[in-house]
Amino acid sequence: MRKNIIKHALLGLALIGASSVTLADYSADDIAKGKALYLNKKKGNCIACHMIPDADAKLPGNQGPPLLAMKARFPDSTKLRAQIWDATVRNPLSIMPPFGRHWILSEAEIDALIAYLYEY
Amino acid sequence: MKIIKSMLVGASLALVASVSHAASSGNTLATVDPEADRLALQSYFQKRFPKVAVSDYVNGIYALDAPSREQWQEIEEFPPYEFDIEEGEELFNTAFANGKSYADCFANGGEGIRQNFPRWDEAQGQVVTLELAINQCRESNGEKALGWKKGKIAKISAYMASTSRDNVFDVQIPNDAAKAAYLDGKQSFYARRGQLNMSCASCHVAGANILIRADLPGPTLGHVTHFPVFRSKWGELGTLQRRYGGCQKNVRGTPQKTQGEKFRNLEFFQTYMSNGLVVNGPGARK
Repeated sequence: MRKNIIKHALLGLALIGASSVTLADYSADDIAKGKALYLNKKKGNCIACHMIPDADAKLPGNQGPPLLAMKARFPDSTKLRAQIWDATVRNPLSIMPPFGRHWILSEAEIDALIAYLYEY
Repeated sequence: MKIIKSMLVGASLALVASVSHAASSGNTLATVDPEADRLALQSYFQKRFPKVAVSDYVNGIYALDAPSREQWQEIEEFPPYEFDIEEGEELFNTAFANGKSYADCFANGGEGIRQNFPRWDEAQGQVVTLELAINQCRESNGEKALGWKKGKIAKISAYMASTSRDNVFDVQIPNDAAKAAYLDGKQSFYARRGQLNMSCASCHVAGANILIRADLPGPTLGHVTHFPVFRSKWGELGTLQRRYGGCQKNVRGTPQKTQGEKFRNLEFFQTYMSNGLVVNGPGARK
């Protein structure tokens, strides 16, 4: 129950934040790099667990939620970044690898990935 | 947009609810209760898959996913491990240089005993897996130990499993020393490892029967009953601990020692979790 309250509070905060935080402009190069990371088994391999409505992202897994409406869900890119960096902070039972904390992706790579995710 | 959002929130809440640890008892020697753990694991899977009988978990992922089960049943029509059982039987019955054989090392001449392994050996003060017992038998008769993961040892183990089919797993935890080994195995099972930061439970409890790309991780209940397995990916037979090492590499960790204390304790814990299920090894897996 308390978790729910915190969650809603966070959502509320995120919505308030949305009005003041503008999305950075991402280059086509960033988006392409992010896509490659999304699909690369040795790097992001996000497709192993997350569906994304990109025609090239075939046979996705579903251990994690589908990556839809990313701008609406993460109006503040720092929240999305924190989730990729280490999802176990928000959910200790998350199966998601801590891509930043464990040096699976570099900071620049995580930013490129965010650029790609914001396309969907 | 709002609808999508509330659907997503709902889905993520549902996930949080299902991603719970199945282990109900504690993590100290004073509080750990193996039988409570075993029953909690069974009820966890029964709640998630109410239509699947507990006894069907010996078939792993094929108990949960109908399309995979169909493919697997086709494979089982001409079992890929059949020759391995035959070779295993031959190896089992071949006498050592001193005239003795494997049958002299085991209860009931080594027939129909798979369900009692791994077992706590009080004299040795450690968990003894079937493969360790096979090599101890060799060494006590002046023979060299076999490699642990595949080949002859897997074939002998497969033959011994085949003579034990339908016997009910009955791993005993007779005292506190054995319980400590169980607890160590339990902690291994739930501890995160590797660069990918995953535990056995991440994929085989919470993540069971949920796609990782095109693969469905199997449930840990019944995981051990069908080993050793002929794995299509290996193109040959391998032991349970061969698979342990592979899993640890998959999560980008350093594999622990095959038949070392950690893996033997893990196998002890994992097999205890499948007490009450039958031996159906060797099996065929993807």
